[in-house]
Amino acid sequence: MKIACTFCGNVCDDIDYDEKNGIDVQKLCPIGEFKFTKEKRRIEHPMIDGKKVSYEEAIEKAVEILVNAKRPLLYGWASTVNEAIRLGVILTEKVGGVYDTTSSVCHNPSILAMIEEGLPGGTLGQAKNRADVVVFWGCNPAEAHPRHPSRYSVMAKGFLVKGRGARRVVVVDIRKTATALLATDFYRIEPNSDFAVLVALRCIVNGYEEAVPDEVGGLSKEKLKELAEILMNAKYGVIFFGMGLTHTRGQDRNVEAVIKLVQDLNRKKVRYILQPMRGHFNVTGAGAVACWEAGYSYTIDFSRGYPRFCPNEFSAVQLLRRKDCDAMLVIASDPVAHFPAEAVKYMAKIPVIQIDPHYNLTTYVANVVIPSAIVGIEAEGTVYRMDGVPIRVKKFKDSPFMSDYEILKAMLEKVAELKGEDHAVY
Amino acid sequence: MEFTIVTGRTMEQGMFIDEKTSEDYFKAVSYCEMNEEDMKELGVEEGDRVKVITDYGSVVLFVKKAMFDLPRGVIFVPLGPYANKVLPAESGTGTPLFKNVKCRVEKTDEDVPMIDELIKEVIS
Repeated sequence: MKIACTFCGNVCDDIDYDEKNGIDVQKLCPIGEFKFTKEKRRIEHPMIDGKKVSYEEAIEKAVEILVNAKRPLLYGWASTVNEAIRLGVILTEKVGGVYDTTSSVCHNPSILAMIEEGLPGGTLGQAKNRADVVVFWGCNPAEAHPRHPSRYSVMAKGFLVKGRGARRVVVVDIRKTATALLATDFYRIEPNSDFAVLVALRCIVNGYEEAVPDEVGGLSKEKLKELAEILMNAKYGVIFFGMGLTHTRGQDRNVEAVIKLVQDLNRKKVRYILQPMRGHFNVTGAGAVACWEAGYSYTIDFSRGYPRFCPNEFSAVQLLRRKDCDAMLVIASDPVAHFPAEAVKYMAKIPVIQIDPHYNLTTYVANVVIPSAIVGIEAEGTVYRMDGVPIRVKKFKDSPFMSDYEILKAMLEKVAELKGEDHAVY
Repeated sequence: MEFTIVTGRTMEQGMFIDEKTSEDYFKAVSYCEMNEEDMKELGVEEGDRVKVITDYGSVVLFVKKAMFDLPRGVIFVPLGPYANKVLPAESGTGTPLFKNVKCRVEKTDEDVPMIDELIKEVIS
């Protein structure tokens, strides 16, 4: 049967598996191969303050912490399935907490820009089959999404565009990356100059090149005109962008500028789509599911009984650095490894519940630790690829561990019990 | 010397992401890449240690010659707990600025802390 890889936003779903021979590693990237073939340190059993307990005891303690907190933060969700995420949003509402995903430390600025400007989006299939100009702006798929170049962009053999020879591949970045080595053209820009370079390109595309100075962000006017020509000479173009836009000065305004550039190009005789390079395999689902349930995709505060959205107030990092939450549930993520130190410091001062298959840095500060089955190996469900295409990830190995879905379902039932409700509604 | 710190994903950081207490993960996230000319000016060689200091904290890292052509005045650190020790939490949008933060880099004889030591230091 075919299984899907549950590491990055590519969710490569062409991996062969059979019970006798196991996984065919030929199609896996080095990260996928390591994920699927190497045994790793697991959280062996549920724990409370480092002591082994049963699942029931750990779940009861976790729910007690969440129900008794004034404003618990329920964070993560990017590496689990939509079915579990749905229960997570309901749980957050029930305990009057804040729902946040790993988007708040990654593509939050992109989502803010899309709220204002919309997303001239498409699918990876469109990129593969149609795009003769492929731009990577501030992203490095050769290391972060290793099969992206061969499956969807650089070398992919599409219906209309037959492969690498038929594509112009452009990389714009502040440093030469492994992806830049695959490119036809590499444009090195100065740090923090993305917005200025994008505005200069818009000027040229819209016929106002006289407004562009001799040099912008380290690129001469001639180089900028050359890049604008490449963009405009496409039959069908795609711009992939990453943290190079969202983690630098300008943040949402950088993304707004690239959206407007794509809008401008679409007013010419070319067609363009834009695709954020989403990191974790279901970070897209973690946002989409919350949107169905609550109207917003992340940084949702339920503490007043209705959903409120404000990333700079309710994102996990901001809540922690302002000490605005009094308990935290971490699921399918590792904020101790990936948050700035100022936010991590406060995690050590509040009760932390962790749900994860692997021992990671959040385990160091977690009071209640609940081990879970690995999604895509020991647990199944639906996830959304980076472009929003739903993919079923399968279970092909039995496990003694409960799945995220089962754990969250048990937690909702316990919440109902503690609140004196007849039954849990989910 | 004054530098700009840039963080990002690497293949190794991705491979060992589910093994964060391992030696492999430690090696994958506890270094900074630097331009060869900057290394000469700073008087460091590959494998030496440097202290990276920002307004938000400091961290000791191993030095590595940049794999590809890294501009002078820029250091690249794989995303993870070492980089996060010196990065700001506030930005204005809710998402911290994980790239292009000004820093000072000094040669040091101090040891690079192991991951559990680093976390203890952060939360103490």
